[in-house]
Amino acid sequence: MPVKDLQGKQIWQRNTGRESISHWIIWLIGVAIFAYCWQKISNSTTWFFVWDAPRIADDIWTRATPPRWEYITQLGEPIWDTLNIATLGTIFSLILAVPIAFLAAHNTTPSRFFIRPIALLIIVSSRSINSLIWALLLIAIIGPGVFAGVIAIAIRSIGFCAKLLYEAIEEIDQTQVEAITATGASRWQVMAYGIVPQILPAFAGIAVFRWDINIRESTVLGLVGAGGIGLQLSSSLNVLAWPQVSLILLVILVAVIISEWVSAKVRGAII
Amino acid sequence: MLRLEKLEKTYKTGDQALKSVQLQVPEGQVLALIGPSGAGKSTLIRCINRLVEPTSGKVYLGEVELTGLSSNNLRRERRRMGMIFQEYALVERLSVMENVLSGRLGYVGFWRSFLRRFPQSDVDEAFRLLERVGLAHMADKRADELSGGQRQRVGICRALIQNPALLLVDEPTASLDPKTSRQIMRLICELCKERGLAAIINIHDVALAQMFVQRVIGLRFGAIEFDGPPEGLTPEVLTTIYGEEDWEATIEAVDDDGDIKVTK
Amino acid sequence: MSEINSFISKPWSKPSFIKRPWLRWTLIIFFLTYLLAAYATIDVNWSRVYEGLERGKKFVLAFTNPDFTTRSSDIYEGMFESIIMTITSSVVGIAISIPIALGAARNIAPLPVYLICRSIIAISRALQEIIVAILLVAIFGFGPLAGFLTLSFATIGFLSKLLAEDIESMDKVQAEAIEASGAKWMQWINYGVQPQVMPRLIGLSIYRLDINFRESAILGLVGAGGIGATLNTAFDRYEYDTAAAILLIIIMIVMALEYMSGVIRARVQ
Repeated sequence: MPVKDLQGKQIWQRNTGRESISHWIIWLIGVAIFAYCWQKISNSTTWFFVWDAPRIADDIWTRATPPRWEYITQLGEPIWDTLNIATLGTIFSLILAVPIAFLAAHNTTPSRFFIRPIALLIIVSSRSINSLIWALLLIAIIGPGVFAGVIAIAIRSIGFCAKLLYEAIEEIDQTQVEAITATGASRWQVMAYGIVPQILPAFAGIAVFRWDINIRESTVLGLVGAGGIGLQLSSSLNVLAWPQVSLILLVILVAVIISEWVSAKVRGAII
Repeated sequence: MLRLEKLEKTYKTGDQALKSVQLQVPEGQVLALIGPSGAGKSTLIRCINRLVEPTSGKVYLGEVELTGLSSNNLRRERRRMGMIFQEYALVERLSVMENVLSGRLGYVGFWRSFLRRFPQSDVDEAFRLLERVGLAHMADKRADELSGGQRQRVGICRALIQNPALLLVDEPTASLDPKTSRQIMRLICELCKERGLAAIINIHDVALAQMFVQRVIGLRFGAIEFDGPPEGLTPEVLTTIYGEEDWEATIEAVDDDGDIKVTK
Repeated sequence: MSEINSFISKPWSKPSFIKRPWLRWTLIIFFLTYLLAAYATIDVNWSRVYEGLERGKKFVLAFTNPDFTTRSSDIYEGMFESIIMTITSSVVGIAISIPIALGAARNIAPLPVYLICRSIIAISRALQEIIVAILLVAIFGFGPLAGFLTLSFATIGFLSKLLAEDIESMDKVQAEAIEASGAKWMQWINYGVQPQVMPRLIGLSIYRLDINFRESAILGLVGAGGIGATLNTAFDRYEYDTAAAILLIIIMIVMALEYMSGVIRARVQ
């Protein structure tokens, strides 16, 4: 009882005594964990470098400005590759994500106890692992290049798209599906007439949203050798050509802003 | 033409929705199914075309026993039963025409339907039906742009283009205003007469039911409590179906409506 | 009945999504040409890919027989560092996000504050984690400190934006009622705003914790601490069974976090 009767006075507290003690204990444990973690980080940090950081940052800044503008002529092709990695990767991932989403949604899955868990496992595996790691893996398998980037983006995006899509499928209006079933339509016709029209807007929204994210991700895939503008970034960093690095970062920034603008426009047009 | 034998349905939760329902509907008869909410009206209708799988009992449509059919044969038989839904259940993001044509899905193959290449005769029939319900000019509108009454008309077209022998109608007027309700009921009954269709109309508005149908079935707790002509619905009968209430007002209203119907 | 005759025995086809035919065809042709051009510029070395299939098979098989033991101390240390970075950066990031979110909500903050906070968010969102990590490693040296700073910075952009949107869409009447009682600004936030956005804040925080953990796995690639370095070495040495073990651990932890977030979100709602 939050209201206590103490010597004839009514005392109101937000929590009961036991609750407030347990709250304090939880907070204490939280703070202790944080302090411990911070201790660990601090131990593996060379604090000398950290105190020196402002000077180094200033040094890098003076070296990186002004950007080497004429270098931009060499960035055309890498940008084109980056765009292709993102777009083709998104298209491939959508092709694979659609069937997986249908297998994972509990109202369309053919088998709730066998196929659905497998589909969900594919989704969570693909989502848990960053596209850079997929790219590393694919480069080890099929060699460096744009192709590895496309596949890495595709694999990473499957989980994301399939998850959002199967949530959309689970939210459809079941009576519309029932009405189509009642006409004597086959399983596939029910899919095409009852379900697909309902999830089409969600699908388009997801596709554009993921494309936008993929543009960002594909700009850095080159760091591990999977093509795109990241390759230039990585080689410029290796030779400490800071004016080139700053130009590349600017170009990436512009690309990201443009892709965000495009995706916002397209989503506005669809919905 | 339609025969239900000892039809029973028990849901997984243990609710017994239908208790051994026996019913026979001759060809061309329009029948109203009344009863309180939860009496099993919707379940009964859905058990006939097996949108809900009955627990036991048999359903015969003509000579065919529906309850034992494989899913392929069931689809073929479903073409003979048109269904009209409470909330219209149009596919909202498809056009009016596509919604009407979706009634032909049981007759055309998948790719034809997928590419929207329906036979010309189906398209003509769809336009004729839309014209009959006064919506031919709306054919290319999207279904969610229509008003409630218009949507239900499209729903009726979708059911009729199946060329059914039987209409299953689930609360056709539940989400409509009184005037539109009456128009829709009249339309359904006229169309049944024109085409000689039998219909089971599931409806909670007793007065409306009495106005339009030849036979009324009263359902309570999943069992048939009343089966007879609309005039047989006395206050005593309504009390056994719905429970104690002052029924005089309802019945009086029916008389007024009856007059209106005559003068029209 | 004259109208009906104009429809009968004419073919019907579905009206197109894009009404103007020239625009429709331009878009279709443009898109197809782009696809062809894009496809043409990817030169795939198919013989190399074919060779790689053998290794790919080996890798997939490695998942059935992951090797947790050979490099267990490396894996343990890397994972431990990743988790530490995740926890600290989430705590610090969330703590900084809250005031920034308040500043970035138009219905609470005055215009100058609003603009400053919004630009902080924009910068944080526009910069990729890995790029930030590269710069921070260059400035602060190798180690988990750079990773911690990177993730905190990224958390700010993510959390402040979503939280600010939630604050902007809150119920004004409740906040006004508290204001009308003569509450001070801090009291107003505490009583009028906080209760409304708390469930969302908790949900977002756990979601961000999940993201931070996943991101911490790649920061090691550029020397910012965490499991990424171990993973990178495993790939370089073609030790697929160790790599599989690491990936499995990551997937497990993400699944556990997702389950936990489901439970917690159900409780706070």
